[in-house]
Amino acid sequence: MLIRPKEGILDPQGKAVERALPALGFEGIEHVHVGRMVELDVEDPERLGELCEKLLANPLIEDYEIEQLDGAA
Amino acid sequence: MRWGVLQFPGSCDERDALAACERGGGEARLVWHEERDLAGIDAVVVPGGFSYGDYLRAGAIARFSPAMEAVGEFAASGGPVLGICNGFQVLCEAGLLPGALLLNESMRFTCRQLDLIEGPSGRLPPLGGGQSTTRQLSIPAKHGEGRYYAPDEVLDALEANGQIAYRYAPGQNPNGSARDIAGVRNEAGNVVGLMPHPEHAVDPLTGSTDGLRVFEAVAAAGVAA
Repeated sequence: MLIRPKEGILDPQGKAVERALPALGFEGIEHVHVGRMVELDVEDPERLGELCEKLLANPLIEDYEIEQLDGAA
Repeated sequence: MRWGVLQFPGSCDERDALAACERGGGEARLVWHEERDLAGIDAVVVPGGFSYGDYLRAGAIARFSPAMEAVGEFAASGGPVLGICNGFQVLCEAGLLPGALLLNESMRFTCRQLDLIEGPSGRLPPLGGGQSTTRQLSIPAKHGEGRYYAPDEVLDALEANGQIAYRYAPGQNPNGSARDIAGVRNEAGNVVGLMPHPEHAVDPLTGSTDGLRVFEAVAAAGVAA
């Protein structure tokens, strides 16, 4: 599950990373956003959306994506 | 007035909250997070701290505790509930209050005494029989994730309904909160949450007793069930 701040919501972590980049010689990078990733093993992925809505993400302030890696160890 | 003060693993302001309830003339006891029974309790405080380590998001895990289930039912039946700091975050995560609390704009933990403007409560008369319906309160704030956020249309509705319970005084917004909002209440008026800590402002020794006013307002906000 990839969880990131919703567009339009001030993301101070992303801003701080973005401001630090030029000093390290990384030019031309913008719109940096910092979110979080949750990895888990599940037999039946059907309820993962509900899991994101109820706990892993706060839908008011965050968007989420579910990425399925079949056969992951 | 019998207060129940919730205690999660990671709570740290529950003792001051107990003392504040007692100083206001009430009785108070702790309610452990696994407890589900609020029998005999007239008002609930969800105190500050770092419940469950604030893992995932502040308040996200605490809202699933048995005690919070009980608080949800208590609030639905009109019982007065006060959420302070982490408690405010828990109430927002639980959907008992609108909005969310985000990382401070500065990305730094802030700790300072500041002034709050009390919003219209509708239930508490102005102090001193005064003409003014609002009052300024000196109360400390200490938090890293206190930036109040709600979509603009929600903020408009909160203002229209008189649900902005507390604002930071002009120029004192410590975290980038939308419209200087420090605390909100639900539509019914019986659930209130704020980021600053009224329980730390109840003794002249520490500079202000304005925090008692917040507890009084909550006690008065119970909706007759």
